[in-house]
Amino acid sequence: MTVHLEAHLRAQRATGRKLLVPYVTGGLGKDWIDVVRACAANGADAVEIGIPFSDPMMDGKTIQEASQRALDLGATPESVISQAADIDVGIPLAVMTYYNLVYRMGHDRFAASLEASGISGCILPDLPLDELQRGGFDTAAAEHNVECVLLASPTTTDARLLDICRSARGFVYGVSLMGITGERTSLAGSAKIMGERMKAVTDRPALLGVGISTPEQAHEAAQYADGVIVGSALVRRLLQSGGPDEAGAFVAELRAALDA
Amino acid sequence: MNAPSRGTAVELDPPGPEPTTDGRFGDFGGRYVPESIIPALEELESAFRTSWHDDEFRLQYATLLSEYAGRPTPVTECHRLSDRLGVRVLLKREDLTHTGSHKINNVLGQALLTRRMGKQRVIAETGAGQHGVATATAAALFGLDCTVYMGAVDVERQALNVWRMKLLGAEVVPVTSGSATLKDAVNDAMREWVASVETTHYCLGSVMGPHPFPWLVREFQRVVGDEARKQCRAILNGKDPQYVVACIGGGSNAMGTFAGFVTQCPDSVLIGVEAGGLGLESGHHGAAVNRGVPGIVHGMRSLFLQDEHGQVVEATSISAGLDYPGIGPEHAHLAELGMARYEYATDDEAVAGFQLLAETEGIVPALEPAHAIGWLAREAGRSIPSGSTVLLTLSGRGDKDAAQLMDRLGEL
Repeated sequence: MTVHLEAHLRAQRATGRKLLVPYVTGGLGKDWIDVVRACAANGADAVEIGIPFSDPMMDGKTIQEASQRALDLGATPESVISQAADIDVGIPLAVMTYYNLVYRMGHDRFAASLEASGISGCILPDLPLDELQRGGFDTAAAEHNVECVLLASPTTTDARLLDICRSARGFVYGVSLMGITGERTSLAGSAKIMGERMKAVTDRPALLGVGISTPEQAHEAAQYADGVIVGSALVRRLLQSGGPDEAGAFVAELRAALDA
Repeated sequence: MNAPSRGTAVELDPPGPEPTTDGRFGDFGGRYVPESIIPALEELESAFRTSWHDDEFRLQYATLLSEYAGRPTPVTECHRLSDRLGVRVLLKREDLTHTGSHKINNVLGQALLTRRMGKQRVIAETGAGQHGVATATAAALFGLDCTVYMGAVDVERQALNVWRMKLLGAEVVPVTSGSATLKDAVNDAMREWVASVETTHYCLGSVMGPHPFPWLVREFQRVVGDEARKQCRAILNGKDPQYVVACIGGGSNAMGTFAGFVTQCPDSVLIGVEAGGLGLESGHHGAAVNRGVPGIVHGMRSLFLQDEHGQVVEATSISAGLDYPGIGPEHAHLAELGMARYEYATDDEAVAGFQLLAETEGIVPALEPAHAIGWLAREAGRSIPSGSTVLLTLSGRGDKDAAQLMDRLGEL
């Protein structure tokens, strides 16, 4: 059953809880569905499912490698989206991918296939606000009850940040640093500013992601925003032959740190 | 570095037409990039628009083109090649510029812009290494830090250019992701730019990528076409060439050439020659107009080689500079309108063109424009009627390809 992204995140936030959204590369191994389930069972508030793309411009080495491996295993947008229909874990699911895959399938068909699989959010890092609205994917998504998350960055101007927060659905994805996805040894100083800037202008759930790698970093970042997205640190564990158990254990650690 | 203030400057034609305010040529172009670099693209657009209409900037640029790059480049009438092919061939000699290809025109302009924007570092992608060498050259001239991203496969096949870039003080980063060629070098340069955009300018080498790059690079390359048009008229008694031919990877030398003819010479037929690789039917080529479909990659909506799911397919070409699965958006627009024709030459035809020009004219072309020569050799007397006049842009010289061709051709 579909769980709506923003409504669910708002409800969870209202309980005083910090939000946790892990990222899992779709099609990365036969048991990737069970990895998503393990995330849900161990305290995730939503899960981002990456649909692998050949040229992931916003991703660092870890997610590049995971994407390539999933593609080599035969993953396609259709296969990832249709397999996701079986997940059904009571928390919202969102896909994260690149716009060419959406464009190629067609706005309406893509959005309809997400809806059919119970996926309620869509994150496209190479489709910024202007192109989202110009091309009309926001409308196609809305017609299929899919919420388009938008990214905000440390270089985003105040005026534009306001536009992004108003136009985003689901949540606002604050990029915590200037750079691409990947683990970092410490939380960037820009994370605090990014989180506080979002919280100052929007009531929509505001999450920080990119470069949040450890339970300690997640805890710190969550002081400045409603929660965090953790991708590469989890995907690295999966690449190092980890499966649902390892993923679940790591998500549980993140959950505990956020609840502490 | 202070641009020379005295001396000669090439004559620049007025600025050409701008894309739409949302960065489009028809339905192609746009700005499909991570949010982090949107402000930098806006800053660059504004800096370029202001500079490009500023007399002082234009004089600096024009003076650099003259005194540093060696412009204007000549148009050479090829008597022996013309006899051989039965068509009258004029070559626009970008191989004679400093650094040996048209790429210098663009990087000198972008280096001036970099300084205007107060940035101290440039990054670039390169395929054959010509744009990397040109960027490293401009960086040395302007005292800028420079990092060049180059596919590991290309690092291997263009060792001479790698060495030249290092000699010029640039750092060369081999890119091992994906197919380890030009497309992946663009990906890694973009990724690096996302991280360093506040201090670094991305000196993109072709008429591609997000707005304003396709427009900006075309404008910095239009000197090729503007010069050639006037030179052709002088040679052809006031007439325009019937055919204007250039090779196409991303499409910068072709776009620069076409820009000088597209509105001013309506009778000239514009022809871009894509990399035919092992043949279009083989599936191993770089012919994005002939075999690509609309998509969004590298920040632009254009034509790309891709599979039915939208995954980008690797291009194949003997020439590292044409080994790119897409095409600049303005070319896609011209193709859609039928204002330019897009043909192809295979690897074998390019090699034949390489040898033909060397033997008949004593000019060793780069493998990229050798595709245009090879295509013309095939089509002269067929789709290009005997007796036609043809301007062909020789975008670069072939020194960089000598080792590769020695291996392929063996003992001569």
